[in-house]
Amino acid sequence: MSHALHRDVAIIGGGLVGSSAALALRRMGFSVVLLDKGFCGAQASGVNYGGVRRQGRAPEQIALSQRAHAIWPRLKDLIGVDGEFVRSGHLKLARTEAEMASLEAYATRVADLGLDLELIGGNQLRERFPWIAGDVMGASLCAGDGHANPRLVSAAFAHAARRAGVDVLEHTRVSHVERATDGFYLWAGSNTEIKASFVINSAGAWAGPFAEAFGEPVPLHAIYPSMIVTEPLDVFMSVNIGAEGGGIYARQVERGNCIVGGMRGEPLAEPDFSRPTGSGAVTIMNRAAALFPALRHAYAIRSWSGTEGEMADRNPVIGFSRTTPNLIHAFGFSGAGFQIAPGVGEVLAELVRDGESRTPIQAFAIDRFARTIQGSRADNGLEPKKRETAR
Amino acid sequence: MRPLIVGAGPAGILAAQTLVNSGIRPVVIDEAPSGGGQIYRQRLVPDERSAKDLYGSEANKATALHRTFAGIRDRIDYHPETLVWNLRDKVADAVTGHRTRRIPFSHLILATGATDRVLPFPGWTLPGVFTLGGSQIALKSQGCAIGEEVVFLGSGPLLYLVAWQYVKAGAKVAAVLDTSPLSAKLHLLRGLFAQPSVVLRGFRYVTELMARGVAVRFGVQPILIDGTARVEGVVWRERGEEHRLTCDAVGYGFSLRSETQLADLAGCRFVFDTRDRAWRPERDGAGRTSMPGVYIAGDGAGIAGADAAELAGERAGLALIEDAGLLVDRARIGVLERKLARIQKFRDVLESAFPFPETWANSIADDVTLCRCEEIAIGDVRAAVRDQGVFELNRLKALTRVGMGRCQGRMCGSAAMEVLAAACGQSPDAAGRLRAQPPIKPIPMGVMAQEETA
Repeated sequence: MSHALHRDVAIIGGGLVGSSAALALRRMGFSVVLLDKGFCGAQASGVNYGGVRRQGRAPEQIALSQRAHAIWPRLKDLIGVDGEFVRSGHLKLARTEAEMASLEAYATRVADLGLDLELIGGNQLRERFPWIAGDVMGASLCAGDGHANPRLVSAAFAHAARRAGVDVLEHTRVSHVERATDGFYLWAGSNTEIKASFVINSAGAWAGPFAEAFGEPVPLHAIYPSMIVTEPLDVFMSVNIGAEGGGIYARQVERGNCIVGGMRGEPLAEPDFSRPTGSGAVTIMNRAAALFPALRHAYAIRSWSGTEGEMADRNPVIGFSRTTPNLIHAFGFSGAGFQIAPGVGEVLAELVRDGESRTPIQAFAIDRFARTIQGSRADNGLEPKKRETAR
Repeated sequence: MRPLIVGAGPAGILAAQTLVNSGIRPVVIDEAPSGGGQIYRQRLVPDERSAKDLYGSEANKATALHRTFAGIRDRIDYHPETLVWNLRDKVADAVTGHRTRRIPFSHLILATGATDRVLPFPGWTLPGVFTLGGSQIALKSQGCAIGEEVVFLGSGPLLYLVAWQYVKAGAKVAAVLDTSPLSAKLHLLRGLFAQPSVVLRGFRYVTELMARGVAVRFGVQPILIDGTARVEGVVWRERGEEHRLTCDAVGYGFSLRSETQLADLAGCRFVFDTRDRAWRPERDGAGRTSMPGVYIAGDGAGIAGADAAELAGERAGLALIEDAGLLVDRARIGVLERKLARIQKFRDVLESAFPFPETWANSIADDVTLCRCEEIAIGDVRAAVRDQGVFELNRLKALTRVGMGRCQGRMCGSAAMEVLAAACGQSPDAAGRLRAQPPIKPIPMGVMAQEETA
């Protein structure tokens, strides 16, 4: 039996971006269907590291990040759980003079953007954070940043959307989308047909083909960040730790487990799933044991890895399609989507309702790649019937 | 050719011997300090106990297996006290103490054995409660009993074997409480034709236990293990009446479950075994999995016991040799397969004689701890089903933390599957299975990487 739905908005991808957009749209009164090929929030949104951090983002992301920053403490009201969100602060370490200079330059660059960064020298760092060892030159602290549990947050947004009246269709892979004069038609799962006035492409690492189908190819590829988790330990790590130049990040949850990342895994034969590599896991464990003496005698009890979409310039695509009216893209968060996603959801809802957002998103326009990509399908007329003037 | 065998129990040792006999030098990795596996585990330090004291009726088999392993010792590369914690693309990551190394292999034989299936009930996390396997390790390896006055509880052939071993060793066994009914034991009469020696041995255990004054009860419904700081007694219901017995330790388990994480990491396809109520790697009669070059034998391939493990280990070894294009003894293969088929039939009899407690999943109280690593209660699973529509085990793990702790679901996974499926009104296979991730058991953060070894 075929299943037909007619909704204002169809959202492809039930990650944190799609789920939070679904919830925001439903609250504005739109009818919404949210589609995911698996469980909502089971990919990058649910299996990322869990950093809720503004510090270190490109300046063009800060306005969006600040908008999301205001949402995180309200999760309990918004979705019914706090998602283990803790405003612990985010401490970014510099291991060399050059890295310290880079932290200083960043602090200057974002000085007017409200992050309230505090630069900390080596001596002071050792005094205030004696649990950090090794040759650390200094650090930059963003006291308002923190961390949360992605497994809970992402699923809870989807669940809240469902409670609010969104049709959440899990295990329903969208196989085809097309635009007709009266709106979009989507075919999903084995027998679901959907008609919608708007489509949001928030399909994460799987978003590329949907953009390409509308003549907007993007330089998006999959990455597989992987994490190691220790057994529960006495709580010592008071802040979320990052490092200028990368290589390690770490946080400790209330239960006492430390989560450490910094290496990438590899996809399995079934490429929706990935796994950390043995040598990558050992590298992360060793880095963590060297940086945090409390971990030297601890045990790693598990690991995980997830699939995330990364853009060539590491900025996401957020905004209207340039080829197709009422098509909105939001993907490619490049390993840094967790914190801003709830803000992006609100922005997407505004785009549907108002045709524009009060938060600047021009930097994330999809056509920023049009100049660099040769022979884009938009130009060779693959979908002539569907091409209309961009908004 | 450089085959890797994981596990040095009956299956692993026989597989190694079979390869060695064909002139192949395998790498053998085992977590224990010496060969024999769980069933023929050797003591940690020599004591005055004889093989007969340690292994009872199975002493000759144990001695023979240990001798076999000693005989091939210089023709294998043997790494005791070593854990294979990851597998990928024909390379194993193996940790010994604080050193980990990458061991490339051409073929893989997994002989990873089994652990007890744990079904929680009130009081099961009290100090003094052990699994049947744990009780056996204490006795065989360390030469001590788990308590002064021990009750054995649960179901499965191991229940009686361990109780009997304890009595033989001079420990005081207060009672054997079998959750399956006496009537189910009538099925064993069928088994008398298939495996008379095994059935008669079982009867001997029971009669000897009774002769020594051990209370043996059937159709027992455990109510709780009593105690505040540690075990003080066991309370159960039997034919509608409540009973209590004082004891200071409880050994319990409900049959066994295969250790399958490495097969999962190796990429093997899994099937649900309705008899064992568990997922296991798909395999042919020779132990070939769905992955070329990966073989599986012994209880890790589905529960069949030590005798079957020896046969399956040899059969898997022969399959590997055959697949490598070398000559094998066809007549021997025929003998092994016939014997294995007979044991498999007998397994059906045993499962009928020691049936799974079907009512457990629906009757267990909400406040009983399900996952002790993460302190998740039975009721948390039911709430996730009710409030969040959960029906799949990995999703349950993500939302509740069941199976996320030190044991990675090895201890709580079976019970979680049963409770989840029951709460959804589904059969257990519908709950799916937990995906394995490295490390399959905890490893030190400060582990040092070593160069690849030959």
